[in-house]
Amino acid sequence: MTKSNPLISIISTLQGIGHRMVERIWRLGAGARLFFLTIIYSGESFKRFHLTLREIYSTGVMSLLIIIVSAFFVGMVLALQGYNTLQKYGSSEAIGVLVALSLVRELGPVVTALLFAGRAGTAITAEIGLMKTTEQLSAMEMMAVNPISRVVAPRFWAGVISMPILATLFSMVGILGGYIVAVPLIGVDDGAFWSQMQANVDFQSDIVNGVIKSLVFGVACTMIALFEGFDAPPTAEGVSRATTRTVVISSLTVLGLDFVLTSFMLVI
Amino acid sequence: MDRTKIDLWVGIFVALGVAALLGLAMKVGNLTSSKIGETYSVTAAFENVGSLKPHAPVKSAGVAVGRVDSIIFNSKNYEAVVTIKIDKRYNFPKDTFANIYTAGLLGEQYVGLEAGGDEEVLKNGDKIAKTQDAVVLEKMISQFLFSKASETNTDGKQSAPASQAESKSTELGDPPF
Repeated sequence: MTKSNPLISIISTLQGIGHRMVERIWRLGAGARLFFLTIIYSGESFKRFHLTLREIYSTGVMSLLIIIVSAFFVGMVLALQGYNTLQKYGSSEAIGVLVALSLVRELGPVVTALLFAGRAGTAITAEIGLMKTTEQLSAMEMMAVNPISRVVAPRFWAGVISMPILATLFSMVGILGGYIVAVPLIGVDDGAFWSQMQANVDFQSDIVNGVIKSLVFGVACTMIALFEGFDAPPTAEGVSRATTRTVVISSLTVLGLDFVLTSFMLVI
Repeated sequence: MDRTKIDLWVGIFVALGVAALLGLAMKVGNLTSSKIGETYSVTAAFENVGSLKPHAPVKSAGVAVGRVDSIIFNSKNYEAVVTIKIDKRYNFPKDTFANIYTAGLLGEQYVGLEAGGDEEVLKNGDKIAKTQDAVVLEKMISQFLFSKASETNTDGKQSAPASQAESKSTELGDPPF
């Protein structure tokens, strides 16, 4: 190591940046390739739908509890905090609008996607990573079973189907949580709560856009989890790192995509 | 876990999802209220629509009778042409008066219809002739200021500039530079 020469240290720093950049782009390409392969080989996950059903059970149904409980608390906190501010302006009846719009447009899809990445994404990555480590995927290939159509595609479609369902449930349960805090606890008028909400929440531009968002997040989260598992080094450490990366990358992707989608939806 | 149990749970899961979506659509969203059945559309030209937006309610006597369908700008006479859809159940006379009101002090704007006394009723494609524009707060304030200024001018010519400047700074809250 030539510590004294600044030129070499600059060059090695640049090399490091370039190496990381190339690796990121390579991973992005490999992920896109896996995505297209998944789409191409997803015929079997619909022909033998029980494969997909089992995955919906483990990703969707098993995530129900965490989604419902957190939605309830998120809704209650929203109502409390919103009331605190709104009552200063003498419009505490607008609490229903505040809770519903923030849940349906933003928090429902985003928080569900974050929880989904933590609850189901990690499970997918760890499962596929371990399958690779124990050479189950290679064994399938030896038996002329395509691991993408047998293992990856059903999990992908399960995630894509589960995510919008979980997000709509999140919004609905959150609104109920907000209702429980706002109406019986704080004493906002029951009729004003719902009627203001109905007057200001649009089915097309709020609810449908929220569902579209959650669909996109479902594709992104599931695909990231699948790719990290598929790409994990076949060691115990490799699988654990891949699982961590799943959560980090999924969360960042969801938040970034959320901004992009929201800006598109507000323009249109 | 055996397959029938998984099927059952997934069925419950999907049913819950559909129920949540229906609940959102019916209870939270405006899907039920925006479906007002058969409608007919009439147009009204305004010089200024303020912040009126498509889907804003059309009310008569405080009851929602329709919705604003579209707002377009007519470049020939520089007016805003508002197309409103009114429920078929309600008929309005030809000389109905269309106003743009604001719900609350700073709330959303809506179109108010006040029925006239004509025998004939509005039909699909008709145009409402009598309209009143939205109230623009800035215009009102400037009108108020002008009237104030002219008042002080008539009071006395020497004190006019000083009091005008004073009233301006107090009304608008401008810091006196």
